[in-house]
Amino acid sequence: MKGGIIMPAMLRKIAQRLGMLQHSFTGGIHPDMHKVTAEMPIEDCAIGSLLVLPMKQHIGDICVPLVAVGDRVLRGQKIARSEGYLSVPVHASTSGHVVKIEEHAIAHPSGMGLPSIFIEPDGLDERDESLIPILDWENREATELRERARTCGLAGLGGAVFPTFIKLVQDKRFPVETVILNGIECEPWLTNDHRLMLEHAAEVLEGMGIIKHMVGAESGIIAIEDNKPDAAAAIQQALDDRDDMDGVSVVVLPTRYPQGSEKQLIYTLTGLEVPAGKLPMHIGVLCQNVATSKALYDAVVLGQPLTERIVTVSGDALAKPANLRVRLGTLMRSLFARQELEDFTDIQIIHGGPMMGERMKQPDVPVVKASTGLLAMSAEAMGAAHTVEQACIRCGHCSEACPISLVPNLLADQCRSEQFEKAEQYDLFDCIECGACSYVCPSNIPLVHYFRYGKGQVALQRREQVFAEASRKRSEAHENRLLREKEEKAARRSRVRKTHAPKTDEAKADETKPEKKAAAEPAAVEESK
Amino acid sequence: MTGLLYALASFGAFALVSGIILAIAQKVFHIDGDPMVDKIDALLPQTQCGQCGYPGCKPYSEAVASSQAEVNHCVPGGERVMLQIADLMGVEPKELEAEAAAPMLAFVREDECIGCTLCIKACPVDAIIGAPKQYHTVVADHCTGCTLCVEPCPVDCIDMLVKPELIEHWSWPLPETKRAQQGHERRDHHASHA
Amino acid sequence: MPLIMLSSPHAHGGDSVRVIMLTVILALLPAAGVSVYLFGWMAFLLIVTCIVAALLTEAVCLKWMGRPVATVLDNSAALTGLFLALTLPAATPWWMAVLGSVLAIVLGKQVYGGLGYNIFNPALSARVILLISFPLQMTTFIMPMSALEPAINLYDFSICATLFFIGPEALNLGFDAISMASPLGHIKTEWTVGVPVAEALAAYQYSYLDAFLGLESGSIGETSALALLIGGIFLLARHSITWHIPITYIVTVLVLAGLFNALNPDQYASPMFHLFAGGLILCAFFMATDPVSSPVTPMGQIIFGLGCGILTWSIRTWGGYPEGAMFAVVLMNCAVPLIDHYFRPRVYGHSARRES
Repeated sequence: MKGGIIMPAMLRKIAQRLGMLQHSFTGGIHPDMHKVTAEMPIEDCAIGSLLVLPMKQHIGDICVPLVAVGDRVLRGQKIARSEGYLSVPVHASTSGHVVKIEEHAIAHPSGMGLPSIFIEPDGLDERDESLIPILDWENREATELRERARTCGLAGLGGAVFPTFIKLVQDKRFPVETVILNGIECEPWLTNDHRLMLEHAAEVLEGMGIIKHMVGAESGIIAIEDNKPDAAAAIQQALDDRDDMDGVSVVVLPTRYPQGSEKQLIYTLTGLEVPAGKLPMHIGVLCQNVATSKALYDAVVLGQPLTERIVTVSGDALAKPANLRVRLGTLMRSLFARQELEDFTDIQIIHGGPMMGERMKQPDVPVVKASTGLLAMSAEAMGAAHTVEQACIRCGHCSEACPISLVPNLLADQCRSEQFEKAEQYDLFDCIECGACSYVCPSNIPLVHYFRYGKGQVALQRREQVFAEASRKRSEAHENRLLREKEEKAARRSRVRKTHAPKTDEAKADETKPEKKAAAEPAAVEESK
Repeated sequence: MTGLLYALASFGAFALVSGIILAIAQKVFHIDGDPMVDKIDALLPQTQCGQCGYPGCKPYSEAVASSQAEVNHCVPGGERVMLQIADLMGVEPKELEAEAAAPMLAFVREDECIGCTLCIKACPVDAIIGAPKQYHTVVADHCTGCTLCVEPCPVDCIDMLVKPELIEHWSWPLPETKRAQQGHERRDHHASHA
Repeated sequence: MPLIMLSSPHAHGGDSVRVIMLTVILALLPAAGVSVYLFGWMAFLLIVTCIVAALLTEAVCLKWMGRPVATVLDNSAALTGLFLALTLPAATPWWMAVLGSVLAIVLGKQVYGGLGYNIFNPALSARVILLISFPLQMTTFIMPMSALEPAINLYDFSICATLFFIGPEALNLGFDAISMASPLGHIKTEWTVGVPVAEALAAYQYSYLDAFLGLESGSIGETSALALLIGGIFLLARHSITWHIPITYIVTVLVLAGLFNALNPDQYASPMFHLFAGGLILCAFFMATDPVSSPVTPMGQIIFGLGCGILTWSIRTWGGYPEGAMFAVVLMNCAVPLIDHYFRPRVYGHSARRES
């Protein structure tokens, strides 16, 4: 059956126990890989006429612009600084002038935008040389290297764009024993990591060395899928050429989606599971993408902040695919134009891979740190024949394919019928949204879409609850305040009556008027409530 | 005859013992206050806007708990809150009478503000700050969009603006497949026929 | 570009409900072939009538419920019809077959909301209703053509058509003349008069080989263990079903039968006998594994198979009916939502103990 052969879990467990098979995660699928660009060397993409740099290209807090319209900037110059801990700065990808700072659409499925800095390149591509290359990183303190990673804007280049410096920490409570470089690249169509490992093996390896030094790890593994034997050979060759990388090895794993998912990769390599709600660091493991490793090398050894990345431009609707080295901020339209695609009728654009990437509503969106691939797909390739949702026939294929061992059909039903507490009980938030379940569903149920809906609604409800609780407290405080004021007023009035001596009749007649007014006021307030 | 007497005596004894147990349980497991009111109040959005016809969320909860009010009066809460209250009270869902508007925020046009403090007094959550003869402003993070401040303003300088949608708070809507939408239609159909 | 907001993944493996149902239909073809060999035109008429009736009923139901009538082409109604036909005795009159199909589609599937929502296996629930409503016809099995002296020539179309549409009276034959008890029914009735199992089987001229090949009396599709096993292995190879339910079900029956057979061979038949008798293999590989009415989770499926096995053997041995498989599956179908809730697999990153 196309794409659906799954080794029986029991057989696999027996084989593992007998030592015949290394650890192998449950579930998974075998989609057609379409690695048409695997043999294509990386080409440099010419810098366009406009670069748009969003103020947030990472997970975390948005950055604040440091430049103003009209300023001249250099390549690698910091143009937006971080505010908040979970953030990394943004740098200019080439030299030029800032022409605008305003909202622009970003690579987000909603089509919404973020404040962005628009740079018009001046063609000189002049670099900012303020960062000094650190050639003897083995003798430097981890904190200095960590600050270098942060200030160079490094984020996870596998697509998750988590600020790298936060992970590269030495925590005495959770020492890291193994550093894993993720060269798996299990998404179909994408070959950017593949080419990077082939053409920059030495830099990737040196980045591994820097990471090991920073976290104090003893061993390192570079994990590569077995559909990239040339990349594995290249890394192995680079490893053999060095004599200071003891404890680092190359491991080739069977091709299966989603082998490159962090949780599944850690399990396959170490047999340990990351406990729910915890991080890999809590079991002594650190994962980084190979491209992030090379970017760390660039940042530390060359003193170059993150200004470019490798992007696979491919897809079944693109006649001329390629692996391109692209400056961040380049609009996707110009990349497609370079590959001779300008007419987008009946073509879907996917940012990332087909399994976890998102559809873009239009091609005028900039390439950012998360842009691993750009695919131009026809409707048939996207499974257009499979968009009519039917009833779930409870075949169980989704549960077999799930690498986390969830029961997707029950979860999707709960999300659709808004039974979110039940969904949470069924571990909705453990879902990694890999898409294996939707891929195998014979009823074409958009399972991952339901989970995302459910997760979004739960987050929305939690936010609303927090706000409602705060509003209730404020409303109660408001009521108490009014009550207090009323009591104070009444107390003042009775004090006034007590401290003043009994008056004559005329004076008493005068006194009753204000008393009546004071008595009438609280009554009026009560009536108006 | 003796059989009948025995039957009567045993049943009577059983009833007596059960009654005693119930009386003790009532004393031991007694809860102060009406927990239903608090539960309903916890479901409401705490806008304190009064659109339900009651002067605040707590009075509405009390009315619903004592079955004096229907479950479909809360406008900002919308369909979801109505269904939750109906579920809690064990009654049929009822169709909402008014469409909930998009979330709003009050905004004072400070240039025109005369510093009368009438809006400050009107706000049920003290979201407007200012002082007499000083201009007033709405603390956007605290504003519930209840619109109670708009009327009292003598120079009509308060606007209700639609709350801007933040990309950080964007979430996936239901899939646009027929079956997903059918779920909603079925619920609405059910509620309107209740 | 369309603005449909469908999220990732943007790829599909190509599987569909139609293909899944078609695979099961293909797996049943060997059994259907054997049924035609054994029961001639009767089997053929039964199968065709049931399938056509099921398709028509489903089309009418869909139209009435306002759903697209093209859904009938997803092969699930055809499959239900074929299933039902294979569980019926050859002498079933046409109106009973049609009634069964209507019950299977309407009460077994559509009344719950259509495909995917039924609690019980549709064909089995119809079969159970028919058995309880018409016990005589449903337990009377025509002598197959493989018998030494078949009572009537089932390869003659006119005879079969008369029998099917009018009844045995038109041929001046009583039911007793043309029928022959199934092995299970035979040993059960013999035990009530004190005849031990081995003697009863000898008198019946029972042979394990005949039972394996299917050359015996019974419902038209359930006799041939070989044909059904071929279909079952085909389903396993195509990953339409997993091994959990059929293997657990059958092993449970074998273990129970073996245990009691060792204790008292006179009263309790041997495991091999139980394996080939009645509808065990048909139910284990095809009925119990119906995706909609069986559990989703692997552990749940094992529990389901276990329960089905225990119930099948118990009903056969101690219950009032000679055949227990269909009742067992329908009873376990009730428990499926509960089983699914309590026997979910261990989620990655969580410890084994689950708080439900």
